[in-house]
Amino acid sequence: MNTMKASERMKIPRQHSIEQNAEKRSHNFEEVSLGLDEVLALTEASRCLECKDPICMEGCPVNVDIKSFVQLVNEKKFVDAVKKIRESNFLPAICGRVCPQEEQCENVCTLGKKHDPVAIGKLERFVADYEMKSGQFTIPQIETKREGKVAVVGSGPSGLTCAAELAKYGYAVTLFEALHEVGGVLRYGIPEFRLPRTILDIEVERIQALGVKIYTNFVIGRTATVDELFKEWGFSAVFLGTGAGTPHFMGIPGESLNGVYSANEFLTRVNLMKAYKFPEYDTPIRLGKNVAVIGGGNTAMDGVRTSKRLGAEKAYLVYRRSRAEMPARLEEVHHAEEEGIEFLMLTNPTKILSDGNNNVVGMECQKMELGEPDASGRRKPVPISGSEFVLEVQTVIEAVGQAPNPIIQATTPGLETSKRSTVVVGEKQQTNRPGIFAGGDLTRGGATVILAMRDGKEAAAAIHGYLLERSK
Amino acid sequence: MFKIIEKEFLAPTVARFVIEAPFIAPKRKPGNFVMLRVGKTGERIPITLVDSDVTKGTITLIVQGIGKTTKELLTKSAGDFLSDVVGPLGNPTPILEKKTVACIGGGVGTAELFPITKALNDAGCRVYSIIGGRSKELVILENEMKRSSHTAVVTTDDGSYGRKGIVTEPLKEWLDAKTGIEAVYAIGPLPMMRAVSNLTKNYGVKTYVSLNAIMVDGTGMCGGCRVTVAGKMKFACVDGPEFDGHDVDFDEMILRNRSYAAGEKTVLDRFEHAPGECRLEKMV
Ligand SMILES: Cc1cc2nc3c(=O)[nH]c(=O)nc-3n(C[C@H](O)[C@H](O)[C@H](O)COP(=O)(O)OP(=O)(O)OC[C@H]3O[C@@H](n4cnc5c(N)ncnc54)[C@H](O)[C@@H]3O)c2cc1C
Ligand SMILES: Cc1cc2nc3c(=O)[nH]c(=O)nc-3n(C[C@H](O)[C@H](O)[C@H](O)COP(=O)(O)OP(=O)(O)OC[C@H]3O[C@@H](n4cnc5c(N)ncnc54)[C@H](O)[C@@H]3O)c2cc1C
Ligand code: SF4
Ligand code: SF4
Ligand code: FES
Repeated sequence: MNTMKASERMKIPRQHSIEQNAEKRSHNFEEVSLGLDEVLALTEASRCLECKDPICMEGCPVNVDIKSFVQLVNEKKFVDAVKKIRESNFLPAICGRVCPQEEQCENVCTLGKKHDPVAIGKLERFVADYEMKSGQFTIPQIETKREGKVAVVGSGPSGLTCAAELAKYGYAVTLFEALHEVGGVLRYGIPEFRLPRTILDIEVERIQALGVKIYTNFVIGRTATVDELFKEWGFSAVFLGTGAGTPHFMGIPGESLNGVYSANEFLTRVNLMKAYKFPEYDTPIRLGKNVAVIGGGNTAMDGVRTSKRLGAEKAYLVYRRSRAEMPARLEEVHHAEEEGIEFLMLTNPTKILSDGNNNVVGMECQKMELGEPDASGRRKPVPISGSEFVLEVQTVIEAVGQAPNPIIQATTPGLETSKRSTVVVGEKQQTNRPGIFAGGDLTRGGATVILAMRDGKEAAAAIHGYLLERSK
Repeated sequence: MFKIIEKEFLAPTVARFVIEAPFIAPKRKPGNFVMLRVGKTGERIPITLVDSDVTKGTITLIVQGIGKTTKELLTKSAGDFLSDVVGPLGNPTPILEKKTVACIGGGVGTAELFPITKALNDAGCRVYSIIGGRSKELVILENEMKRSSHTAVVTTDDGSYGRKGIVTEPLKEWLDAKTGIEAVYAIGPLPMMRAVSNLTKNYGVKTYVSLNAIMVDGTGMCGGCRVTVAGKMKFACVDGPEFDGHDVDFDEMILRNRSYAAGEKTVLDRFEHAPGECRLEKMV
């Protein structure tokens, strides 16, 4: 029990994670943040005001019962705390690390009105890590085995969550993944220095322990179509969680030069194929002395910080709007700065320059200023004439957005899609075709881990309802 | 894990593999490929599906050893396993029916071309084939190609077998002789496909080429395989691998395929000079 008065609690400053030294970590792939230790966690938890109306919960897309879990931390019941979280969020060790908390739970926290909000994400991570380290995880008991086989397509956070939830309902679940490893963006996109693979591996093992069967190297739409999953494989429902993996390019001259990457390719080579361990691993990567990464989101931030770690002398982040508009998580921007990333804000690339032999030698850019607000409500960047300059770089990484991969949409007749090739879903993640549900980046066109998980969970509930209805 | 059922050398550096892949076998169409990884630290590489046996659940691949991954693959034998095989990927080749066509293979490209030639022949086409190789040992699948062709000739660069010269020579003769060739399917090294496309352009004959871009995932997720076709960016793995040869920017592609020359050499040297055993000897 926390016996401190509210006024006392408010005096305690927000506790900070232990972090690897910036200079050191900018040369390795080990995790940047080591999280809170027990003392820090207890201090941090004691800051919570235990509000009568815990508004923080509403800020969380899956409505984690934050107040209760923080109370359990206060009582040093760390394992119970993580169990509480897991009632609504099956991947706390991951969310505690990668959620944009400052926009979600922590954004609405009452304490945050006048002081710094409770470090909810850090506490979530602390208890999840505690449970992993102490080996106290217990597989949830599956009470009833139910009739009906369900296929989950894609093993990103939406698919993993949907599969876990369905398994808990008692269904026989099979997960299909195109790549040779499971995890989606958590595996190939987000680098190890933000999300160690051991954490992901443990989460995946737990999902397998629930009885979920996993096929890797299996592309739905190619190895089997969605309709074949119903007709030939005997599945009664299908969840599509194939993400938004197709990279956009800016369409400027010079994008076919050697040394120009999509962030997806760059990060896939490094994370999935382990190019950072080349030549121990076979997959190579081309890294010039100087690297420019285009974009302002998490993907751009991961690309530029990875470049630095691979040995780039100068790693630039080139973004056409200003700092305030950058969609990346605040913590990552802050970490990138500490690591010596050079931010070129209000800068727009116009052309990538060749050495005459198809190799990148530079990137022409233009300075921008902010004009009137555009459709998105953000002030629109407009070029300043005569401000062109050349950035001397040998590698250019474009992180300018992505769209869903069209393979499934093209091979599933009648499935409704939008102009942006996202799959259209109604309430409860239901597509226009009976028995087919979808969620995550595939329906949102690029969002967050926790929103993908939310969709996976909603879809599992909807599939459960659908199958109950059908078995009547 | 994917078990190797059979392995046989067709040429000193080219081998045919039959691999257990029960999900892929029934789905294979001419022109499709798989992405494979030999081992857990390996690269993902694209290899064409040459054939499949639906009842046995096997696929056939023909691989030429040119760098680390393909040479390592050639050291594998029946009973060994590959860690990953995924497919079938890419768009199937458009197979014309009851037309006169030419099929031109260069080097290991003949292996990639063979399933297409067979499909065209089965679809009632009159097929003129050219099997090109640098020298006699590198001419592969001659009998198979001949069985599926109305006319087939072999060319070698050094004249050690068949006609001396390059594949475009017999093709030009056929085009000049008004054989009625309506479409050409060419698969081989990029300079060969460029030469064929340049030739057929003059005759206005539709030419399909299969682009061996460097790939990572093979499913449209990385954009590494991008090629310029008719001035537009295309992803070879999902938009191709076949394109209209008259629209392809071959010069750019040739330069792009050299992107990793240094790294490729590093891993190959490391592989060939690994202590303990001589991989090269084991290979031949
Ligand atoms: C570099 C990067 C960093 C990010 N950082 C953050 C962050 O810090 N915080 C945050 O909240 N969000 C972040 N995001 C966004 C977040 O990762 C995504 O919103 C989330 O992963 C979407 O989950 P998903 O399940 O919809 O799909 P994905 O994670 O994209 O997974 C989809 C899976 O489906 C597979 N697949 C695709 N097609 C097929 C098919 N036909 N058959 C079988 N399998 C298929 C793919 O291979 C993939 O494994 C980041 C994204 C990127 C790219
Ligand atoms: C659609 C397609 C079908 C193919 N079918 C066959 C086939 O049936 N039989 C066959 O022997 N070869 C085939 N190839 C070529 C084969 O993929 C390459 O020879 C192989 O990747 C080389 O890898 P390596 O490590 O042995 O050589 P490396 O030393 O890595 O590369 C040698 C050269 O191969 C090319 N290459 C390198 N890495 C890749 C990669 N990941 N993807 C594609 N090309 C690469 C580059 O041009 C490079 O210069 C095909 C390629 C494509 C794109
Ligand atoms: S899941 Fe994310 S948003 Fe929800 S409480 Fe945890 S950190 Fe906050
Ligand atoms: S809103 Fe903030 S202070 Fe209030 S219960 Fe939630 S975490 Fe605690
Ligand atoms: S290989 Fe990645 S998009 Fe084609």
